Amino acid sequence: MNWDWENARDSIPLLLQGLLVTVELTLLGSLVAYVLGLVFALLRRSRIPVVSQAVFLLVEFVRSTPLLIQVFVIFYLLPEVGIRFNAFTTGVIALGLHYATYTSEVYRAGIEAVPKGQWEAATALSLPRGRTWTGIILPQAVPRVLPALGNYMISMFKETPLLLAIGVLDVLNQAKEQAAVTFRAIEPYTLAGLLFLLISLPSSILVRRLERRVGQL
Amino acid sequence: MSDSSSMIRFDGVVKRFGDHVVLRELDFSVAPGEFVTLIGPSGSGKTTILRLLMTLEHVNEGRIHVGGECLTHMPKGGKLVPANEKYLRRMRKRIGMVFQQFNLFPNMTVLQNITEAPIRALGLSKGEAEARAVDLLDMVGLTDKTTARPSQLSGGQQQRVAIARALAMRPEVLLLDEVTSALDPELVAGVLKVLKEIASTTDITFLCVTHEMQFARDVSDRVMMFDQGQVIEEASPEKLFTQPDHERTRAFLHAVLDRA
Repeated sequence: MNWDWENARDSIPLLLQGLLVTVELTLLGSLVAYVLGLVFALLRRSRIPVVSQAVFLLVEFVRSTPLLIQVFVIFYLLPEVGIRFNAFTTGVIALGLHYATYTSEVYRAGIEAVPKGQWEAATALSLPRGRTWTGIILPQAVPRVLPALGNYMISMFKETPLLLAIGVLDVLNQAKEQAAVTFRAIEPYTLAGLLFLLISLPSSILVRRLERRVGQL
Repeated sequence: MSDSSSMIRFDGVVKRFGDHVVLRELDFSVAPGEFVTLIGPSGSGKTTILRLLMTLEHVNEGRIHVGGECLTHMPKGGKLVPANEKYLRRMRKRIGMVFQQFNLFPNMTVLQNITEAPIRALGLSKGEAEARAVDLLDMVGLTDKTTARPSQLSGGQQQRVAIARALAMRPEVLLLDEVTSALDPELVAGVLKVLKEIASTTDITFLCVTHEMQFARDVSDRVMMFDQGQVIEEASPEKLFTQPDHERTRAFLHAVLDRA
């Protein structure tokens, strides 16, 4: 097995293009996951039983089915009922929705970790319910769970190649394309792996630092 | 059923947690401006009384009146029905509470802790609320701590901030729930001194649960001995602490005063 430097060099532009797609998918997908996850977490605490039950079922359903199936449903089945997204948007929605079910559990844990006395003080001071959430509960709950949220972003980052199934060319799938043209797989795949490492390793270190800081809260 | 001569009135209040009856047909009242202290063994339901008044718990039976208005029930279609959240929100503004564990908001500064509710719940401007907070911090002796976080303060300082926070709402009734129980012994005096001053300079009605018998004796107009969900004896502090009528009161006082 020998390493072809020329092939390696030639594959770099495509790989970087793919990497950009991967990063975009991850950032947008995380944004969806963070916002939607919080919405799920709050709705599950709704005092209207129908709402909290419906959200509970949705979350459980999404969590217990594979991401790939969700990607297929959004990409191939929704157009049947007139809802059509391109492959990239499908990726963002699927990743976002799937991970929102995880982040909603993270938020839930963070919210439950806020001492009951904080709620009672807010009640005793007649604070409006919305302000209790935005001014007291969430500012305490969210910082504590930032590391967990960060870890899910890293997981999502590593899961983007799955979107090959609907033709999204992320970094790994670009490597595969390149290999198909040149019949040399080793260079592009190795480089793709290195690129993943190049981003997820520093991110992991960042999250670990964050964990330490949160531990001091 | 309104009775303007009492600030707080319990009428046949029953509170159960599951099968456990905490309050059984409790009746008592507190006059405007009066300082009433509840003493009694732990688990006797004293704190539950305060929590019912703060609407952190809800009665199973009976009614509670505050300032001549029913707290637990509201009129609707000529009948009294259990109070809804909107009604409770209005009633709550008349009542303040200081907790054993302070319950300051750790994500806010001392000043924000005090101004938050006047701004958000009473609609004061930031300037008005801050002026009120500065006055109160002066009263509790913490003017130099406005920008500190609760975690940077001692327990005694935190509790004094919590007192200022409750007073910033200008409540008619202030509930004190074992406010010195979580403090180191050397910090208790500072908190009690502040409370004594407030009690003697304002016309706020106090309902206080405490194990500080000397404080109860110094500051109370009336002391109620509480056991097994009922008031078993009530009297002026001089009488209750020196010549209690009931054997259970004597036994209780003997136990707590011996310890001290």
